[in-house]
Amino acid sequence: METEKQPEVTDAELIPIYIMGKQYMVPPTLTIMKAIEYAGYTLIRGVGCRGGFCGACGTAYRILGDPKLYFGLACQTVVQPDMYLAQIPFFPAQRTRYDIRQLEPIAATLFTTYPEVLRCLGCGACTKACPQEIDVRTYMAAGMRGDIARMADLSFDCIMCGLCAARCPAEEAQYNIAILARRLYGRYLAPRSEHLLERLDEIEAGQFDAQMAELKSLDKDALTERYKARDIEPK
Amino acid sequence: MSGYPPEMQESIRMVESTRPRRIRESFPAMSLEERGAILKAFHPDYKDETFHAIRVGVSKGQRMPIELARVVEGRPHIGPDFNLSDPMIETDVLVVGGGGAGASAALLAQEQGAKVVVATKLRFGDANTMMAQGGIQAADRPEDSPPIHYLDVIGGGHFTNAPDLVEALVVDAPVVIKWLEDLGMMFDKAPDGMMMEEHGGGTSRKRMHSARDYTGAEIMRTLRDEVRNREDDITVIEFAPVIELVMDDQGRVVGAIVMNLETKVHRFIKAKAVVLATGGGGRLHYQGFPTTNHHGATADGVVLAYRVGAPLGYLESMQYHPTGAAFPEQIVGLLVTEKVRGLGAQPINREGAQFVYPLEPRDVEAAAFIRECREREMGIVTPTGQPGVWLDSPMIEIIQGPGTIQRALPAMARQFGRFEIDIAQEPMLVYPTLHYQNGGVRLRADTSTEVPGLFIAGEVSGGVHGHNRLMGNSLLEITVFGRRAGRSAATYAQQITLGTPNLAHVEAWNRELEEAGVDTGVVSPILLPDYTRHV
Ligand SMILES: Cc1cc2nc3c(=O)[nH]c(=O)nc-3n(C[C@H](O)[C@H](O)[C@H](O)COP(=O)(O)OP(=O)(O)OC[C@H]3O[C@@H](n4cnc5c(N)ncnc54)[C@H](O)[C@@H]3O)c2cc1C
Ligand code: SF4
Ligand code: SF4
Ligand code: FES
Repeated sequence: METEKQPEVTDAELIPIYIMGKQYMVPPTLTIMKAIEYAGYTLIRGVGCRGGFCGACGTAYRILGDPKLYFGLACQTVVQPDMYLAQIPFFPAQRTRYDIRQLEPIAATLFTTYPEVLRCLGCGACTKACPQEIDVRTYMAAGMRGDIARMADLSFDCIMCGLCAARCPAEEAQYNIAILARRLYGRYLAPRSEHLLERLDEIEAGQFDAQMAELKSLDKDALTERYKARDIEPK
Repeated sequence: MSGYPPEMQESIRMVESTRPRRIRESFPAMSLEERGAILKAFHPDYKDETFHAIRVGVSKGQRMPIELARVVEGRPHIGPDFNLSDPMIETDVLVVGGGGAGASAALLAQEQGAKVVVATKLRFGDANTMMAQGGIQAADRPEDSPPIHYLDVIGGGHFTNAPDLVEALVVDAPVVIKWLEDLGMMFDKAPDGMMMEEHGGGTSRKRMHSARDYTGAEIMRTLRDEVRNREDDITVIEFAPVIELVMDDQGRVVGAIVMNLETKVHRFIKAKAVVLATGGGGRLHYQGFPTTNHHGATADGVVLAYRVGAPLGYLESMQYHPTGAAFPEQIVGLLVTEKVRGLGAQPINREGAQFVYPLEPRDVEAAAFIRECREREMGIVTPTGQPGVWLDSPMIEIIQGPGTIQRALPAMARQFGRFEIDIAQEPMLVYPTLHYQNGGVRLRADTSTEVPGLFIAGEVSGGVHGHNRLMGNSLLEITVFGRRAGRSAATYAQQITLGTPNLAHVEAWNRELEEAGVDTGVVSPILLPDYTRHV
């Protein structure tokens, strides 16, 4: 089968990387994910969307000689020479079951569903680990204040990769708490869309039934005429 | 600092120089006749030699890309003598695929009182749904209506769509938006509650609802969270792709064989009804195109359904999204959401000129990009030889105000920012990429198929969009038909008593292949693409 294009490179251009401690020579332009495949691995765990959206490919790495620990998404991060890496495709984070219809959008809901939110130390290790550059510490601080709207807003770009939880000394499952905040916001706190509710009433009342039936009965030529005659709402 | 090499920066200077003029200039949209002509000349669907008519099964003669035909005509993983007497689990409804369609189906089936099992290939939510950025259509503003939406859908699909399916799509649309919001999805809204809605390619009204540019991710994670909250009734089994459906002695689908991806062990899941929601097939890389799709998009559902006798349709048309990233090399093929054009970015050639109306239907837009690069040689070629045209994203901030990109397109800004390209300052280079499977398994408006017990929802299906889907109608499709499938399957499951499960269809299939002299050398569904280097 046709594959993701692997670049043509000479041996001299290859760089060493270390996948769970073992050395491989790979082209320098590859993402970590493509480099792992280049090295011969068939990915099952640690791959999902390949586009930075699913959080399956969280990876921890160091560069030889640099004591710092870095984090990134394997599908979005380019390899560097002497990179030591390990994928963290799964993290056993605590999650509470709840019924969104039974909850109230108030601080107490966050605190009773996830009491540990109050144990956050504000150390910021989570923020440093987040491949989405989310200020996780600040959204957790919002959570501690019971500010659901702010927690929802600040955590919005979270792809639930789990890297923050892997680093947290207080054993928080930041992303699970954040999705509760977002769902509470979306269901209860976001301003109501009256126009949507009106449209639902109109549909319920069968207001469009006759028009739909007529459209469905048209042949291709008649439909084409209607289509051409549409008025287009200006940008 | 610019992430572009000097040759490309030269062309960017020209793009910048024409910007003041282009702000006022609008490029005319094509007539239906012009659209037809450019499609014939430049769209990949019209390259006859890359298609193949399948030689076996109920839709014999149906044309589809060669790469797809190879897996559809493939051999099953298991033989007819596989032991079915010891199911790993028994349930009312088996949902195959943990994307948006599957999650919707699971929730609605559970609400009908069914016990549900979701079997999915990788993790729950590793799916095309998670990657959708742009938005979801629904006619819910006073100046819009479901009939207007209907015309847009059917015109966009070149009048080939199945009318009942389009009706279901547009009439259920506002209902689905409300359902998602009640589950806690955060839509983009003005402070007065008005949904912020934009145009998409081929729309006559602004009806694209969004959740920043994480619309699909927001839908997926919300639905997934809700499924997890109902784990008493819904069991999710990950890393367990289905490799074959199972039938009973009365010709009904009564479950499926799953494979544990890690141990490779096969097990039987027995179910009264099966919902197939396996998504698309971008990872088959038709005609060698890169793709926007997730890792597990290998058209498995088409293979599975076809083997038990469900007719296929519309598979001769694939959607190539006009704006796949063409630079930098690390992200070639990844999607640049249509919302970028919706917000005002124009496609521009090497010399800084517009050459196409920015929001033609996708197939037409893609064909125009290919023409600009191939015939007119007015594209830009990257150092690795990849052609592309500019998408002038800085115009967004000029038209909509500074900060719009950070606010409305954070995912896009982040993706290019990782390679030192600030899309608020510099344009992005784009070229068509394989995006969506317009066709698939035929279904009725209640999601049932020709095969009793088999229900279909989502990208695996064919008919809703005809030969071309408009942006924002797929997230809509998966929720509308996912919900319908859950309801239909659960209702059906209440009424039936299972017969004896068997794999006679596997035997019949093998015989038919043999009689037709077909041997593609492929065992299918293929489950995962092979990207390891073969030396
Ligand atoms: C990058 C991108 C951007 C998009 N943007 C938009 C947009 O803005 N608006 C819009 O409307 N649409 C958009 N789309 C299209 C839309 O997202 C998809 O068509 C839609 O989400 C498909 O949903 P689905 O549930 O049918 O399939 P998916 O979400 O792909 O889910 C299918 C699931 O089935 C699983 N599966 C596959 N084979 C098997 C098997 N054999 N056994 C078990 N499980 C299996 C997969 O692993 C996956 O989890 C976009 C698509 C992509 C790729
Ligand atoms: S790592 Fe844990 S303790 Fe530290 S700020 Fe983040 S959530 Fe709080
Ligand atoms: S907040 Fe945590 S789970 Fe979410 S993207 Fe950042 S590191 Fe990953
Ligand atoms: S594979 Fe989905 S984020 Fe990397």
